[in-house]
Amino acid sequence: MSAVTVSGLARVRVPPRSAASELRAIKIVWQRELIRYFSDRVRIATSLLQPVLFLFVLGTGLSKLASAGTGGLNLRTFLYPGILSMTVLFTAIFSAASVVWDREFGFLREMLVAPVRRSSIVIGKCLGGATVATTQGVLMIAMAGLVGVPYAPSLVLAVFGLQIVLSFMLTAFGLVVAARVKQMQSFMALTQMLVMPLFFLSEAMFPLTGLPTWLTVLNRIDPLTYAVDPMRRIVFDHLDIEPAVRARLDPGVTWGGWHVPPLVEACVVLALGLLLLGVAIAEFSRD
Amino acid sequence: MEGPAVSVTGLVKRFGEVQAVRGIDLTVDAGETFGFLGPNGAGKSTTINVLCTLIRPTAGSAQVAGYDVVTERDEVRRNIGLVFQDTTLDAYLTAERNLQLHAELYGMPRGAIDNRLRQVLDMVGLWDRRASKVSTFSGGMKRRLEIARGLLHSPRVLFLDEPTIGLDPQTRSSIWSYIDELRQAERITIFMTTHYMDEAEYCDRIAIIDQGKIIALDTPQALKASIGEDRVRMNVDDDEVAIAALRDQFGIRATIAEGAVTFAVEEGEQFIPKLFADFPTGIRSVNVSRPSLDDVFMSYTGTTIRDAETNESDQLRAGATIFGRGGRR
Repeated sequence: MSAVTVSGLARVRVPPRSAASELRAIKIVWQRELIRYFSDRVRIATSLLQPVLFLFVLGTGLSKLASAGTGGLNLRTFLYPGILSMTVLFTAIFSAASVVWDREFGFLREMLVAPVRRSSIVIGKCLGGATVATTQGVLMIAMAGLVGVPYAPSLVLAVFGLQIVLSFMLTAFGLVVAARVKQMQSFMALTQMLVMPLFFLSEAMFPLTGLPTWLTVLNRIDPLTYAVDPMRRIVFDHLDIEPAVRARLDPGVTWGGWHVPPLVEACVVLALGLLLLGVAIAEFSRD
Repeated sequence: MEGPAVSVTGLVKRFGEVQAVRGIDLTVDAGETFGFLGPNGAGKSTTINVLCTLIRPTAGSAQVAGYDVVTERDEVRRNIGLVFQDTTLDAYLTAERNLQLHAELYGMPRGAIDNRLRQVLDMVGLWDRRASKVSTFSGGMKRRLEIARGLLHSPRVLFLDEPTIGLDPQTRSSIWSYIDELRQAERITIFMTTHYMDEAEYCDRIAIIDQGKIIALDTPQALKASIGEDRVRMNVDDDEVAIAALRDQFGIRATIAEGAVTFAVEEGEQFIPKLFADFPTGIRSVNVSRPSLDDVFMSYTGTTIRDAETNESDQLRAGATIFGRGGRR
């Protein structure tokens, strides 16, 4: 075509694909997740409801039963690290469901026909979902005072860091499922089926002391364990409790007798997240 | 001028057992408005999906804007705009946000976005509604917004897959006036599909496609001229008797289409009086018309486009819609 400008209309030229254009794509997909999250106040509120129920209703009710076992520690304080993870768990999986919505309402197509790599779309989605889940987690961190956990900067930062890693891993996991499952109902049913075992096996609701072997084995396989455990350790580091009580309530994860340090646990979660992200990218790139 | 905007050679697309496209060849010149006409399931959407790099052809090749749809997918994507049958807007975002998102995804130069965004929104008359959420838009407004978005990155070829499907007649004609305006303003090549005969008249050339094959390709005028004769439709008491009488008395081959006995004849108006002279069954009504594209379709396929849609094998349609919505990519 010879004429570039016709009747005053400026034609734009889309430059060839580059690293910069991929980054822009990642950023805009990420931003879209945030815009949609922050414009949906109902979702923010309802996502908080479940953890609050667990922490304050179940935690208060069961404390009568458990007072002997916690050695004087408030049950809500014990549950708190587990609930921090649970919030992230539910929000992250729900965030990944947005891919299923996007597919159902057609918007996924708009993204998939753009001249960018599929991996950029998937990475943007994953970072977006992880950011949303972490934000929801931060709201839970803000409740620390209500269960007697101090707002020490080192505690807040460490928990925040763990939540980022955990959010990332769980969103990537949700994306892997969303790549295959096309219908919202199926996605919800399937993730419920996966989320509950992840949550219950992860020591979020009970200490690891004196568990039967089968439960210990399942617990070590559950990736959520490697986020709940360091969170509990960090929280307990800032509590004033007797060593004996702590040993019983927070024995830490061991691999064949070796105490796994929190940093290694975080790395396990991160590595799994990267692996799942790789799988999600491969799934969405398939023709 | 560069080469053709779209060129397709021996294109075949199979979905498992179903052959949705069975060998298509065509060339669309730059600046042309090209229509793909046929019943649902004829292979229109499948062909468009191949041209848009959404699915790979089973055999044959296609170039869009000079780039190969298989080996130069990104270049094709940068140079085409797409408006699908089903909306692909984010209903929770504003019109403006939807376009900004598109600009970012397509890597448009930042300085050019605002200006261009205003132009395309003005063109489809939605600039005043830019801050409204898409969920508050009517079907026609959504379609206009999608057309604006498809044009945002100044594509060389705009693909419109059934741009007016599901819209009321008034909105349909307003969409067409927008498309017409943009043809003049943007000097763009438009490749569209439709199964509305009257809409095909807006095209410079049309290809009639049926069961995965192009059965005619020319300007609408030439296609109509090619069948020449007038079309007669009549309602009679006994269809079979009427068809037999037409055959025996006048040597005319008549068929039943959309419930009426239908045939073609030279100088229809002079023919009708002869028909009434000695006809063995009661005639309730007669209609004589100059050939329309509908008749063109009928003369090539032996059926009207509407009848073709009711009879069309559902298999083919299923094959074509696998990727219509929810196609996993």
